[in-house]
Amino acid sequence: MATGIKDKVAILGMGCSKFGERWDCEPADLMAEAFEECIKDAGIEKKQIEAAWQATGIDTFNVGPGAIPLSMALRLPNIPVTKIENYCASGTEAFRAATYAVASGACDFALALGVEKLKDMGYGGLPQRSRGVTNDLHFPNVSAPGVFAQLAAGYTAKYSTNKEDLKRAMAHVSVKSHANGAKNPKAHLQRSITEDQAMRAPMIAEPIGLFDCCGVSDGAACAIVTTPEIAKSLGKHDIVTVKALQLCVSNGEEVGFNDWDGSYIATTRHAVKRAYAEAGIKNPREELSMTEVHDCFSITELVTMEDLGLSADGGAVKDVLDGVFDADGEVPCQIDGGLKCFGHPIGASGLRMLYEMYLQFQGRAGERQLSDPRLGLTHNLGGFPYQNVSSIAVVGRHDA
Amino acid sequence: MIGITAYGAYLPRMRLQKKVIADANGWFDASLKGLARGEKAVCNWDEDAITMAVEAASDCLGAGDKSADALIFASTSGPFLDRQHSVVVAEALNLEIDAIRTADVTASQRAATSALLFGLDIAAAKSASQVVVVGSEHRRTQVATREEMLYGDGAAALTLGNNNVIAEYIDSHCTADDFVDHYRADGSKYDYGWEERWVRDEGYMKIVPKAVNALLEKAQLTAADIKHFVLATDQGRVPAMLGKALGLSGEAIADNLLESVGITGAAHPLLLLAHRLEQAQPNDLILVVGFGQGCDTILFRATDAIGSKTPQYGVSGHLARGRAEENYNKFQSFNELLDKGLGKRAEVDKQSFLTAMYRNRAFTTGFKGAKCSACGTVQIPKHKYCVNPECGAGDTQDEHPMSNAVGHVATWTADELTFDFNPPAYFGMVVFDGGGRLMMDIAEVDPETFDTGVQVGVHFRVKQIDSQRGFRKYFWKAIQVQ
Repeated sequence: MATGIKDKVAILGMGCSKFGERWDCEPADLMAEAFEECIKDAGIEKKQIEAAWQATGIDTFNVGPGAIPLSMALRLPNIPVTKIENYCASGTEAFRAATYAVASGACDFALALGVEKLKDMGYGGLPQRSRGVTNDLHFPNVSAPGVFAQLAAGYTAKYSTNKEDLKRAMAHVSVKSHANGAKNPKAHLQRSITEDQAMRAPMIAEPIGLFDCCGVSDGAACAIVTTPEIAKSLGKHDIVTVKALQLCVSNGEEVGFNDWDGSYIATTRHAVKRAYAEAGIKNPREELSMTEVHDCFSITELVTMEDLGLSADGGAVKDVLDGVFDADGEVPCQIDGGLKCFGHPIGASGLRMLYEMYLQFQGRAGERQLSDPRLGLTHNLGGFPYQNVSSIAVVGRHDA
Repeated sequence: MIGITAYGAYLPRMRLQKKVIADANGWFDASLKGLARGEKAVCNWDEDAITMAVEAASDCLGAGDKSADALIFASTSGPFLDRQHSVVVAEALNLEIDAIRTADVTASQRAATSALLFGLDIAAAKSASQVVVVGSEHRRTQVATREEMLYGDGAAALTLGNNNVIAEYIDSHCTADDFVDHYRADGSKYDYGWEERWVRDEGYMKIVPKAVNALLEKAQLTAADIKHFVLATDQGRVPAMLGKALGLSGEAIADNLLESVGITGAAHPLLLLAHRLEQAQPNDLILVVGFGQGCDTILFRATDAIGSKTPQYGVSGHLARGRAEENYNKFQSFNELLDKGLGKRAEVDKQSFLTAMYRNRAFTTGFKGAKCSACGTVQIPKHKYCVNPECGAGDTQDEHPMSNAVGHVATWTADELTFDFNPPAYFGMVVFDGGGRLMMDIAEVDPETFDTGVQVGVHFRVKQIDSQRGFRKYFWKAIQVQ
C-alpha cells in the first residue's frame, strides 16, 4: 500500500540565479549561477550527486534538446541526467523526479535544475511556435495571454461577475505581486505599480492588459535533495521536507466534453485534492502559511485561489480585493513577487517557487520574511486552461 | 426536362468604399474619381475562391444536401495551378467523393458559363444526376487602376438536373474568337487590358449580337421575348447599348452590381443569373451571356417551380449583409499589395504536413466529428476512446457531420499579441448544440454585438498561408449567426 511522499525527502540545498533580461549570459552561465549557490548551501561536493534532472520548457529554443546542456554546463561526473519537459510544470517535475529517486533509495543525493533562456528571442512574450504537426491543422494561432484570457470570459459568464470588478481584482493581484517583487533583489521586475496603472495598461488579450501578464525571463533555479536522516547527519537544522507532490494532466474532457465551463482549472482541482490528502491537510486556508502559484496572468492566480480551496467558488474576487492574499493577509501569495515579478523562465519557475519556500522556512527571506511560516504550497500550470498540466508541491518544516 | 434546380451566392461581408481608393490615388490618376461610386465586395484575408465557392454552393444546396454527384468549379483566380479546386470544394461540402465527377474550368471570363454548359451536357447525358456548377473569383488588381475601382470578389452556384427543375434549359449557342480585350500571362498577378472603346465597339457590340441572334433564331424567339438578359461587363453602359441594339426591353437587362459588388470576373454571369432567378416568374425567358475570347449564350425558361427552391441568403441576402470598410490599407494588406512588415511573430515556419493533412481531412476539410454508439456523446475530432468519462468506450465512434451545426461561444478573447493578418485574433471555446465542443478561431467578429453566449455557425476558411512555399491550409471557423 503506497504511503505517499510525506517527510521522506528533505531539501538539502537550493540556489536561484537572478531572473531577468540576462543579455550577457548563456544558459550554462545561468545554470552555474544557481548551482554554485545550491551546492554551497547543501554542503556537499559535486561528485556526491548521483543523478540529475534538467527542466526546460521550450527546449527547441535556445537551451537545446536532451540533458546534455545540464551535464555539460556543470561538468557533472558522467552521472545519469534526464531532461524533463512538461510545459510550465517542468521545474516541479524535475523536482518530483529527484525526490522520487531519493525516496526509492536509488540514490542519496539528487539534483533538480530548471533553466530557460527566452530573452534571445528578439521580441517580448513567449516564442511563437508550432503546436505539433496535427494540432497546427486546427488549433487557433494563440498567444499565452490569449488562451488564459478565456478564463476571464468563462468566469464572468458563470458568476455574472461585473467585468469592471473582475478587472479591478486582477489589477489588485498584480499590484500585490509588484509590491512583493520590489523587496526581492533577484526579481526581474522590482518596481511597485498602482491599481490605476494596471487598469489602464494597453490591452494584450481582452481583458488581459500588459500588467496582467508575468515577465518572460532568463533564469535558473535548482535543488539538491536527500533523506531527512542524511540531512541531519550532515548537521543540518531547520530541515525542510516534501509533504506532497502531485500532478494532473488533462485527458481531453475539458476541451471535448460538454461539462467544463471555462471558469476554473479542472486539473488543479484534481491535483490539489490528492496533494492535501498526501500532506494530511484538512483546512488549507488555516494550515497553509503561504502559496506560490502559477500567476502567468492575474486571472490565472485569481481562479487558482478557488481551485486550491483557499476561496469559495465565485469568492476569489472579493477575497483578493479584501487583501486575503496580500503580504500581510491571511494566506500570502507570491511573497517573492511570483511569476509576475520574479519572472518566468519556464523550466526554472517551479524550482524558483520552492526556493522561496525554502528560504522562508529557514528565516532567510530578508525584507519579505513572513512570521513563522510552517507549511507552503507551490502550483504550476502549463498549457491552456482547457488542456493542461497542473503540478502541486507541498513543502514545510520537517517538524510541521 | 433538364435545367437549373437551385441557385445560391456568396459575397464577402467586407465592402470597400470605392471613395477611399480614389481619395488615396486621385492625385496620381484623377479619372479614378469618376469611378468612385458605391462599394465593392472584397475578401477578408482568410477568404479565397475556394472558401467562397464552398459558401455559395452551401447557400445553393441547403444544409446537409449531399446528393450532387458532379461538381465543376470555374474561376481564373483559384489559389492553385495544380490542385483541383473542385475536389477541395466537394470535400468541404461533404459530397460523396467515392462516386463523383469533378473538374475545374478556367482561363476565360466565360469559364463559368462554359462550366454551366458542360454541366447541362453531363446532366442531359445522365452521367450525373445532380451537377453543382460554382463560379468564384478573388480578383487581384494593381493599385490605382480602373480594375481596382471596378473588380469585386464573390461566388455563385447552381445545381443542374432533371428533378424539380426551376429553370428549364432551352438551347445554347457558342462561338470562339481570339479577341484579346485583356490577358493575364503565366506568372502575372494582374490583368493587362486594352482600350475600352475598342473592347466595346469591336468586342461586345459585335461578338455578343452575333451569338445571341444565332441562338434566338435557333430557338425561334425574338429579343422582345427575353425577360432577363444576363451579361457581365465592367463597362457600365454596354448592357443598355446591347439591349438597344438587340431589341431587348429595358427591364430585361440585369443590373451588373457595379456599385454594390464590383465585377466578379468569371463568377459574375452566375452571380447575375442567381440575382435574376430571385425575381423570375414562371415562363420567363432568361438569356445568359458569357463573354471572353468568344461568346456563350444560354437560354432558360422559368418553370412553375421557380419560387419553390430559394437559397438561404442568395444575392439579395448577401448584399444586405455587407459591412462598409473604409480602411484601404486593410484591403491592400489582405491582397498583398503592400510590402508590409508583419513582425517576428509571423516568421514561424508554416509548413503543411501533407500526410497529416490527408489523414485528418474528414475533420479538417469536412468538419466531421463522431458520435459514440455506446453512450451517444458527440465529440470533435473523432478519437479512439469516447471523451465521456462515464463511458470511455473504445472504437465506438461513428462519423458525425457537424459542418451545419450551430453552437454558442463559451469562452473567448480578442488576442492583440499573436500574429494575425486581421488583428485582434478572436478565438474561443464553441459548444455545439447537440454535443461536441472545440477551441476554434472566430471570424468576422462585430465587437459591438459579440460576447460570451452568442450563437455561431462554422464556415470553411483559410487557416494559414505558407508564403514560403505558396501553400495554404483550410479549416473551419466560427462566425456569429446573423
